[in-house]
Amino acid sequence: MLWVLRDHLDLTGTKYGCGMAQCGACTVHLDGTAVRSCQLPISVVGNQAVTTIEGLSANGDHPVQKAWLEQDVAQCGYCQAGQIMSAASLLKTNPNPSDADIDAAMSGNICRCGTYLRIKEAIKSAARK
Amino acid sequence: MENTKTTYNRRSFLKASLLSGGGMMLSISWLSSFKPADKVQALNLPDQGVLLTGYIKITPDNVVKLMCPNPEFGQNVMTSLPMIIAEELDADWQQVVVEIAPHDNVKFGSQFTGGSQSVRSYWKPLRTAGASARQMLREAAAQSWQVPVEEITTKAGKLYHEKSGKSATYGELASKAADLPIPKAVTFKSPKAFSIVRNSKKNVEGLKVVTGKPLFGLDYRQEGMLIAMIQHPPAFGMKLKSFDASQTLKMPGIKDVFTITLFEEGSERGAFETRSFNEALVVVGKTTWEVMNARKKLKVQWEPAPELRETMNAFGRKVEEITPAGLESSTSHLQKMKEWAQKPATQLRKDGDPDTAFKNAAQIIERTYTAPFLAHNTMEPMNFFAHVTDEKALLAGPLQAPGVAEQTLVKRLGLPADKIEIQMTRMGGGFGRRAYSHYLVEAALISRKAKAPIKLMYTREDDMTYGIYRPMYTATYRAALDANKNLIAFHVKGGGIPEHPIHANRFPAGAVDNYLAEGWQIPSNITIGAFRAPRSNFNAAAEQSFLDELAEAMGKDPIEFRLELLKRAKEAPVGKNNEYDPDRYAGVLNLVRDKSGWNKPGNETYNRGVAAYFCHNSYAAHVVDMITRNGVPYVERVFSAMDCGIVINPESAKNMVQGAVVDGIGNAFYGALTHKAGAAEQSNFHNYRIIRHNEAPKQIEVHFVENDIDPTGLGEPPFPPVFGAVANALYKTTGKRHYNQPFKPDLEKRI
Repeated sequence: MLWVLRDHLDLTGTKYGCGMAQCGACTVHLDGTAVRSCQLPISVVGNQAVTTIEGLSANGDHPVQKAWLEQDVAQCGYCQAGQIMSAASLLKTNPNPSDADIDAAMSGNICRCGTYLRIKEAIKSAARK
Repeated sequence: MENTKTTYNRRSFLKASLLSGGGMMLSISWLSSFKPADKVQALNLPDQGVLLTGYIKITPDNVVKLMCPNPEFGQNVMTSLPMIIAEELDADWQQVVVEIAPHDNVKFGSQFTGGSQSVRSYWKPLRTAGASARQMLREAAAQSWQVPVEEITTKAGKLYHEKSGKSATYGELASKAADLPIPKAVTFKSPKAFSIVRNSKKNVEGLKVVTGKPLFGLDYRQEGMLIAMIQHPPAFGMKLKSFDASQTLKMPGIKDVFTITLFEEGSERGAFETRSFNEALVVVGKTTWEVMNARKKLKVQWEPAPELRETMNAFGRKVEEITPAGLESSTSHLQKMKEWAQKPATQLRKDGDPDTAFKNAAQIIERTYTAPFLAHNTMEPMNFFAHVTDEKALLAGPLQAPGVAEQTLVKRLGLPADKIEIQMTRMGGGFGRRAYSHYLVEAALISRKAKAPIKLMYTREDDMTYGIYRPMYTATYRAALDANKNLIAFHVKGGGIPEHPIHANRFPAGAVDNYLAEGWQIPSNITIGAFRAPRSNFNAAAEQSFLDELAEAMGKDPIEFRLELLKRAKEAPVGKNNEYDPDRYAGVLNLVRDKSGWNKPGNETYNRGVAAYFCHNSYAAHVVDMITRNGVPYVERVFSAMDCGIVINPESAKNMVQGAVVDGIGNAFYGALTHKAGAAEQSNFHNYRIIRHNEAPKQIEVHFVENDIDPTGLGEPPFPPVFGAVANALYKTTGKRHYNQPFKPDLEKRI
């Protein structure tokens, strides 16, 4: 799925990081739930809706995206689309996550720049709205 | 506005900046002979703008377009460098648009991202650019309104003449200003008058990042572009013998399989021209997925590589570099390091008479520290786009040192520099890795041979196992104490594969009467390079752990002990060339002591470790607060104190320090790239552990020493002392000293 998105559909917001579901950079939503697109065979998708970072909101105004800007989370920014997709999926099922909930949902997403603290703040801030 | 008069000779400044490669050029000096229309033509610019300087473009609608000269890899220079121009220009930040400059070393200086140099080296040139443009706009207003220029004031992108009540936007007077001569002298604002610098501004690319816009090298594409990957030898010390690509070529989408030779045999290599393997086996095809799969069908014979002797030209200094033959492994590396540590080494600095002092000592403390190779593991693997024809070359992608890359390409492609265009995309991390531009050269050679635009892409496995790693290091520290437990001598002997880590003129050099620093290095065929705060990232760990143990042996508080040494270094410095400023060093220790409530009640639940370090012209200190969580040591809270001079963009600077703390904790506990029979034993994130959300501290409080010193750099300095502070907190937690990085396996052994 990852390379279909990137190479064939020109949706490059979904990133390649490891190709083995270890880093979370390729996270997309399958019927609203976060999945790693690098491990998702096209044959499995069927009629389910795939949402990438480009489709999360029309103008970058999804509450999670807004919270990311408010906390000025990004450093290099490469992992952030995946982080945002994981966070949006978390908040959908758990609108008021605890620190432990956030850790559990987000620990599959690596940020090599170490912006974890701000990501957590951004998720809490999005949850408050 | 309070002004500081800064006078310089414009002509010589211009010349000097060109020569040093670190300055800027005001294109006005040659533009002024043109009429505006010609200017546009001459510069091939869209016609709505007037180019004021190489860095500043002001359009009639008062939008100020600022070029960020340096590539961005997360240090946020695309925001902070333009903030410096905007400050002196007195622009309205809301009206500022930032774009990354094309590669042009003549116009934009070295454009090198690394060494914590971006802000430090561009501070004065960018201030000058901004101040010059502002002065010219004031002059333009004065001429238009027939009033003395001294009476023209500016604020947020507008010009005012109070007496007549006249005002105009910068945009309205930009064309006129462009025709004026460059001011001979400009006045810089006093730091007190700053309204943009020192005020947090959001990342100018923030919205693009959160909406997944194509910013990175891997996102770059062109019509007809092919994908290329390199099948590299399975181990360092091996090379290609022969290959059979028949099955690969039958796979869908595959265009070609061939080899390229990175550097011609016998050619001289320059600094940053590091490469793991000189010959590369390349698969070219239509899409990433097809090339990835087809690679697996290659049938390749590899053979041992012979010893290689090459001439290295390190910025004019020629040295012979030997790449030994053989398949190396981490266990034999550790054994060799033990042996070499006993041999005589190169003396790097000596003060007083350390031999006699050690002979007369009442007590000698000796400890040895080791650390493994580290892979950079940038989240975006190495990649680059290239389209090379017989006439010209276009390259686009993530890189830290375009100036060096261009020289290499000129040499290797045989094209003149003006026929080589390099576009710098945002980098998905760098940490030093992208200062080595072998992957651009590979991409260029592949494109030339394939006669097509291509993008070379490394998979995570290629990136990790085919790295330019942080070297493997060791150091033995010895301290001599007299009968009263006074420190009378200090000795450090450091070694590494393939370079030693020692900074001989750093603290505690200068603070001890008898001091000796020595180094030795073992050649290796495993390629190494800069990794966030090179050498310092090991030294700070080893030395700051040792000082902690020493303070304990002397019955002193670890912060107090360091402050005493710094007092000595200030009042009666020993020896020459001490690199650090004892006052600034003590400043961060004092600040972190105050902010963390060191030795104050209320922190009993934590095992506290402290460390401080000076590198890249800045100073950092951390207090790490550790607890045991589910039976495992965990850093829950960190206090950081930094002195990097004037902080341009405070919130972003805090982010960078917080990131360095997380990075340091992660690498201290988990970071290791080991080898067996020449092959990397870690290949992806399943066996190379990176710190994750649940392991990051809950709180990282960052404080900056407030002063008006010109900025001295921030990307690297906070990183090294994290290792030492973690080691010292770990001692409080486990009751045992930890000498070998990474600490996690050491901890598991104990359990």
